[in-house]
Amino acid sequence: MSKPKLVVIGNGMVGQRFLEELVERGHPYDISVFCEESRPAYDRVQLSSYFSGARAEDLALTTVPFFDANGIRLMLGEQAVRIDRDKKLVLGSQGSSMAYDELVLATGSFPFVPPIPGNDRECCHVYRTIDDLDAIRASASVSKIGVVVGGGLLGLEAAKALKDLGLETHVVEFAPQLMAVQLDERGGALLKSKIESLGVRVHTGKATQRIEDGDSCRHKMVFADGELETDLVLFSAGIRPQDKLARDCDLVVGERGGVIINDQCRTSDTAIYAIGEVALWQGRIYGLVAPGYDMARLLAAQLCGDSTAAFTGADMSTKLKLLGVEVGSIGDAHGRTPESKSCYIEDSTTGLYKKLVISADGQKLLGAVLVGDTSDYGSLLQYCLNGIDLPGSPMSLILPAGDNKPALGVDALPDSAQICSCNNVSKGSLCSAISNGCTTIGALKKETRASATCGGCATLVKQVLESELKRQGVEINNHICEHFAYSRQELYHLIRVNNIRSFDELLEKSGSGHGCDICKPAVGSILASCWNDFVLDPRHVGLQDTNDNFLANLQKDGSYSVVPRVPGGEITPEKLIVLGEVAKKYDLYTKITGGQRIDLFGARVEQLPQIWRDLVDAGFESGHAYGKALRTVKSCVGSSWCRYGVQDSVGMAIYVEERYRGLRSPHKLKMAVSGCTRECAEAQSKDVGVIATEKGWNLYIAGNGGMRPRHAELFASDLDDDTLIRYIDRFLMFYIRTADRLQRTSVWRDNLEGGLAYLQDVIINDSLGIGAELEAQMQAVVDTYACEWKRTIESPEALQRFRPFVNDDKGDEQIVYVRERGQKRPARPEEKDTLLVESAS
Amino acid sequence: MNGTATSHIESLAGWHDLCALDEIVPGTGMAARLNGRQIALFHTREGVFATGNHDPFSGANVLSRGIIGSLGGKLVVASPVYKQHFCLRTGICLEDMSVSIPTWSVAVRQGRVLVAEGAH
Ligand code: SRM
Ligand SMILES: Cc1cc2nc3c(=O)[nH]c(=O)nc-3n(C[C@H](O)[C@H](O)[C@H](O)COP(=O)(O)OP(=O)(O)OC[C@H]3O[C@@H](n4cnc5c(N)ncnc54)[C@H](O)[C@@H]3O)c2cc1C
Ligand code: SF4
Ligand code: FES
Repeated sequence: MSKPKLVVIGNGMVGQRFLEELVERGHPYDISVFCEESRPAYDRVQLSSYFSGARAEDLALTTVPFFDANGIRLMLGEQAVRIDRDKKLVLGSQGSSMAYDELVLATGSFPFVPPIPGNDRECCHVYRTIDDLDAIRASASVSKIGVVVGGGLLGLEAAKALKDLGLETHVVEFAPQLMAVQLDERGGALLKSKIESLGVRVHTGKATQRIEDGDSCRHKMVFADGELETDLVLFSAGIRPQDKLARDCDLVVGERGGVIINDQCRTSDTAIYAIGEVALWQGRIYGLVAPGYDMARLLAAQLCGDSTAAFTGADMSTKLKLLGVEVGSIGDAHGRTPESKSCYIEDSTTGLYKKLVISADGQKLLGAVLVGDTSDYGSLLQYCLNGIDLPGSPMSLILPAGDNKPALGVDALPDSAQICSCNNVSKGSLCSAISNGCTTIGALKKETRASATCGGCATLVKQVLESELKRQGVEINNHICEHFAYSRQELYHLIRVNNIRSFDELLEKSGSGHGCDICKPAVGSILASCWNDFVLDPRHVGLQDTNDNFLANLQKDGSYSVVPRVPGGEITPEKLIVLGEVAKKYDLYTKITGGQRIDLFGARVEQLPQIWRDLVDAGFESGHAYGKALRTVKSCVGSSWCRYGVQDSVGMAIYVEERYRGLRSPHKLKMAVSGCTRECAEAQSKDVGVIATEKGWNLYIAGNGGMRPRHAELFASDLDDDTLIRYIDRFLMFYIRTADRLQRTSVWRDNLEGGLAYLQDVIINDSLGIGAELEAQMQAVVDTYACEWKRTIESPEALQRFRPFVNDDKGDEQIVYVRERGQKRPARPEEKDTLLVESAS
Repeated sequence: MNGTATSHIESLAGWHDLCALDEIVPGTGMAARLNGRQIALFHTREGVFATGNHDPFSGANVLSRGIIGSLGGKLVVASPVYKQHFCLRTGICLEDMSVSIPTWSVAVRQGRVLVAEGAH
């Protein structure tokens, strides 16, 4: 007998969760999915991170292999255009026709665009899909000013995106306040002033009448009382259920849209269900993902035979960070419950507002509004959802910490307490997962999904984990991984003190199992910091991440990039020409890096030795772009040329780079030297920064760019050359000795007990009496430096590993390139398929 | 490298003699071709294992360049691109059980690495 046919329309967040729930339950269906977008489900909740660096892949909730592996037919780019309820067929935009026994609508919603004349002009957008974001990005690149129409939750998120794109940003809201759904008037007003102080202009109580040609900008928005010129308009004025298919086939829909469902998610046709934002339950559309996930779970349970599963409504509390301002709304935020009371604190100097809505008898929390600080959100939500009795003075719950705040320990929560609302995970189910062996956040998240969506519950989940482990008598440890019951710092000491020379030796004495990709590179790095052996020595080669393993940086297509060292960024014309010639000879994509050197991309494994031979012959050395090691020492031109320079910053940068080149450390190290206080080398954003003064050098430490920028701190002033180097020696070795795995100097310094003063004491005053030892250890590394490329090309043994295949010298035919702007780049998946077919025929 | 000692091995039906064991540094992997297909050979303390070389997450043919290790008693390789772990015995991805890579049977005879024709 053939399997019953299940058709799902829409592969958004809820549709995808529904499929996963079915797969987990071992469902009996033959499943087909209509997915109108060009990519399978992705995380819409995190959509805005696309503008702060996330790629489409990072947002993906699933990949095509999921569908293949589970025998689900995925029709990408295929919109369902008609449902024929008599024949039980769904017709697709590209001519497909799918018969169903059961049909699930998971079509979500679409952004509402107010019917204003001119709303379809160029550079007018909505904010819902990755494609929308690509279009916004393109428009933003030709715009200076942007306006978001709508001051709700999504509108403010969109405003952040416009600001991140560098536009002067305005928010226009029809209502008299921001976030009218979640906040009361006072909270809305405070939010407005906080957001304005961040440079976003907010216009409340404004109705847009039309959009027309602007004078100084692309458009002019005309209001009843005034005008606003802008280049880009982003509509974020609410969502509407995507219920067209349902209307067209006469399913019963709500007055204001939405497919009406019962507690079983069934529509007016017994063979058709609706879940997620398209579904209207008891007159409500939920614009949040958690209720949709609930619907997905119960419908899957029901289709797999659990007839008791039912949807019982959902909590709409939210906690967000909007334009950097923390905002939280819980339960009855507006105090609409009859006879409810409220209390609040407001501090407009720091921008803080917290309100509690309390039951008539003063016993229970009904709702809350938080603006400026949501650290109380987790515990307030627990009081509200679980009906926990309030303390005598409820006000103490929202007073600043330190004022005898009663702590709501997770131990006080009942097992039924919902900890993760996105995924409906209770304290009880967390505890049972912990008893069943999920003893890390990662494992717990994988098993229960708690904290896997908005992440708002992460702190609580961690607290439950820790308290539960403690209850079970398990000690919380800082072990590097399952193979060593030691922290990185302890491993460092074991290796130094016992003179351990290889991973196997360490594993035998102090570890268990085979090791893994956490402990192996960490131990490889410690061994290199201590003994400076060749990293491709057969004893060490298996420990290295692929970058160190091939002394080059792995790229997305499996090829590598090569970055020769250019100390201090100074390079002769002859050497510059060599780099050009090598790049031409091997057809390498060439780019100037952010670290004052040149990166050559697209080298295949088997080409690396030959490329290095050419570079080494011309006097180049490895730049360690691949290692957790010293990268570059950036310089400004300094006193030799610059009219303001007071010291030879290039000379010092070259000296420093040559001294520490090849030094392996817990994480990468970057340095810079500036020739005067104008600081053109950006030394204050580096692990080690040196700035020239009239009298010598100022030393800065523990700066960081990257994901969490941190300004370096002034460590010592007006140092002479020798003292400068001595302090850097000591600083680096002390860091190498005591930092965690993959901890940059910035984070290490932030976690250092005693702070900067302690560090100065250790390094300047030698308070631990280890100064000479640290210097000697550094000198040993300096004295044993050897260029890793040079050693490799001289070692026939090491070269063996650079063959593309152990039994074939012909390289990987699936690395293919296309040309763009005069150079090659990796072919994208769709381009690759055609290129591979062409080359095969 | 193909010395005379290999001749009778090659006659084993369905098994391919790919290389000498000492061509793969212990504790590392190496890519190989099996009937034109790209596979990855891993030289571990528990013997030699063969899996596909294609990383399903990144789409690149690089698994042979991952770090070998053990997790919860399972022998694994970590993809060098996004670090997912694949069990060397079953090919199943530990982070996402719905994804797996093919595996092949391996035998080491007289210092040579032999791989059976059909993938599991
Ligand atoms: C090539 C380069 C970008 C460019 O085209 O300019 C680059 C490329 C990469 N960076 Fe970077 N970073 C480059 C300068 C920077 C800078 C700017 C600088 O050094 O002045 C920063 C911010 C400064 C800092 O580090 O504090 C930077 C912050 C990062 C980070 C974030 C580090 C952090 O602590 O937050 C990562 C991720 C990591 O290391 O874990 C990263 C990681 C990477 C990796 C290694 C990602 C990877 O694993 O593939 C990229 C390697 C590409 C390659 O194959 O070469 N890159 N990266 C730059 C190389 C400089 C060089 O000559 O060596
Ligand atoms: C910027 C942004 C931020 C958000 N932030 C939060 C947040 O912080 N917290 C929160 O809880 N929620 C948030 N949301 C809301 C959340 O994303 C939605 O609740 C959730 O995506 C709803 O899931 P869904 O599957 O019902 O709809 P969707 O994710 O919209 O998926 C529906 C899918 O169906 C497809 N489709 C529609 N019609 C057809 C058709 N005829 N044929 C084929 N396919 C079709 C659509 O193209 C779409 O891919 C946010 C939304 C946005 C846009
Ligand atoms: S070069 Fe740096 S910033 Fe650019 S994509 Fe790579 S890691 Fe990210
Ligand atoms: S509450 Fe959103 S992930 Fe847990």
